[in-house]
Amino acid sequence: MLASSFAATASPAEHLLSLYRTMARIRAFENAAEETSRGGVAVFGATTDTTALVRGPLHLSTGQEAVAAGVCANLERSDYLTSTHRGHGHTLAKGADATAMMCELFGRAGGTNKGKGGSMHIADFAVGMLGANGVVAAGIGIAVGAAHSVKIRGSRAIVACFFGDGAINRGPFLEGLNWAKIFDLPVLFVCEDNRYSATTATDAMTAGEGAAARARGIGLPAETVDGNDVHAVDAAARELAARIRAGGGPQFLHALTYRVKGHVSVDAAAYRDQGEVNSALEGDPLKLAGRRLAALGVSAERIAAVDAGARAEIETALAAARAAPSPGTAEAYADVQDTGAGRWH
Amino acid sequence: MALMNYAQAACMALAESMRADPRVVALGEDVGRGGIFGQYRGLQQEFGAARVIDTPISEATIVGAAVGMALTGLRPVVEMRVVDFALCAIDEIVNQAAKNRYMFGGQGRVPLVARLPIGIWSASAAQHSQSLEAWFAHIPGLVVLAPATPADNYALLAAAIQCGDPVIYMEHKELWSLEGEVPPQYTAALGKARLARAGTDVTLVTWSKLVRAALAAAEQAAEQGVSVEVIDLRSIWPWDRDMVLAAAGRTGRLLVAHEAVQAAGFGAEIAATVAEELGIPVRRVGAPRIPVGYARALEDVSRVSAQMLLQELVRFASSDGRSRSIA
Repeated sequence: MLASSFAATASPAEHLLSLYRTMARIRAFENAAEETSRGGVAVFGATTDTTALVRGPLHLSTGQEAVAAGVCANLERSDYLTSTHRGHGHTLAKGADATAMMCELFGRAGGTNKGKGGSMHIADFAVGMLGANGVVAAGIGIAVGAAHSVKIRGSRAIVACFFGDGAINRGPFLEGLNWAKIFDLPVLFVCEDNRYSATTATDAMTAGEGAAARARGIGLPAETVDGNDVHAVDAAARELAARIRAGGGPQFLHALTYRVKGHVSVDAAAYRDQGEVNSALEGDPLKLAGRRLAALGVSAERIAAVDAGARAEIETALAAARAAPSPGTAEAYADVQDTGAGRWH
Repeated sequence: MALMNYAQAACMALAESMRADPRVVALGEDVGRGGIFGQYRGLQQEFGAARVIDTPISEATIVGAAVGMALTGLRPVVEMRVVDFALCAIDEIVNQAAKNRYMFGGQGRVPLVARLPIGIWSASAAQHSQSLEAWFAHIPGLVVLAPATPADNYALLAAAIQCGDPVIYMEHKELWSLEGEVPPQYTAALGKARLARAGTDVTLVTWSKLVRAALAAAEQAAEQGVSVEVIDLRSIWPWDRDMVLAAAGRTGRLLVAHEAVQAAGFGAEIAATVAEELGIPVRRVGAPRIPVGYARALEDVSRVSAQMLLQELVRFASSDGRSRSIA
């Protein structure tokens, strides 16, 4: 038995409300990021002359919040996490500060990455979040290495490795799962399956039975779960994390969800059927959890208060980010390398 | 003084580093058996399979995992067998290891050493014979080293493991059996070249296996009355501008030679720097821009020999340096 101490002590309703709060914070953060990015993102190939506060590619996980919230509820602060280019949710759910994150998206000095990474490289090592990554599947090798290090150092941490459905068609997926299995490493692989590889449906690009079947082919126990149902994700992740902590080796979670927005925020995703999107919106993870909370007797007022609290937190983050200074140009030369520092030409 | 070969010197440096620092681990294909060149001989017996880790043929994950290890408290030494195979891990080297510290705002460090042996390995043809040091010198965040002697393979590997930056460590595939003295407590600073021979007419800068050819050519040039200074660069990035500029300023002529393809090779960077800073004549010698062929006659076309260096040195020393004769 294990899972988060919270789950062990809180009532089902309070625990679900806590998961809901994480999702609401992610939703509010990404809504605010999207709003402040308007005009600031280049539409594939087109440049913009803009004063928008959030610049560059912004990959939103809107509609996928249950995966981040449900998995991270079962991680300790000392556990590690690797993420994808769509990593705001994982980072917030792992415990990063929303203000430092928003500062990073704004390219400000107080950002998690000192303004050097932006949305696509958001990271907070202090909470074990080892980085979003601009390269699909690149976090997998880093995750198994962190887990290998955990084993060598005799630490009790586990590693959660998030990647998308597109990543299962890259070589590091095969290499990394095989590595985790042969070295018996404490990794929870989480395939956050939003059905799209950039602007192409993943299904048509993927042979065989998909992510979980490929994991089983390498000998990893694999569970498939409704990735929009935070209760189900939490329960599955709790079981898999407990197995890993008990020495059961790497485990695999295939969470089926849906990318409500386009690949990047300016992608209208006109390549897909509106009916598909509408039915996905019916299964919105916040709506689902809200209905379940009501059934458990949680009042609409309490749920609304959680929503309002999340929005207020993000408003505070936005205000702080607006007020924060830009990094000085000297920062451009900091943290490149120690050997040969000062030799830029 | 201890006499040992180039592979044994590296092995000694790694063993001493592992004894001194429990964070140091080694991983790669066949390292448990001692490595295909014997450069890990005896290490798994001494330190165990958990620290000298035999891996699958998964280059991308060997380096990717080393990044994850380095970020979480270890100091991995990664074996790629030959630089040519490291191209299967180019994302992990260039986008992950080199950029992690900067991109994440200094939150992490990636103290890993990736051993990527370079050079023509006789009769091994196009995919086992490249010298790609310029590729990695081009990437901010990386340190690039290329030892030419057993002593430097000992000292530079030890320094690389301690330095805290990601290091591309480029041994030469035809130097493993080269014997030489390794003085006790010998150390080498990263970024510092080694004056291999003093001279007054031409400064010849080179590295790795060509240092021996350069010294042989200098010896023969001396018999023809040309005094050649030979600098073993050792460290490709950062490279020792101070020593090179001072030496070239004294002799008034710079020749850079490397086994890599001459076009866009690292010699171009050195030659351009010296020309910009000193305005003196510069020359380059490198391989033609062709893949290395299998047959001896083809392979030899790609090799830079002592004879070629001698010819260039004598011609260069006797010219006014401003232009080559058209004839």
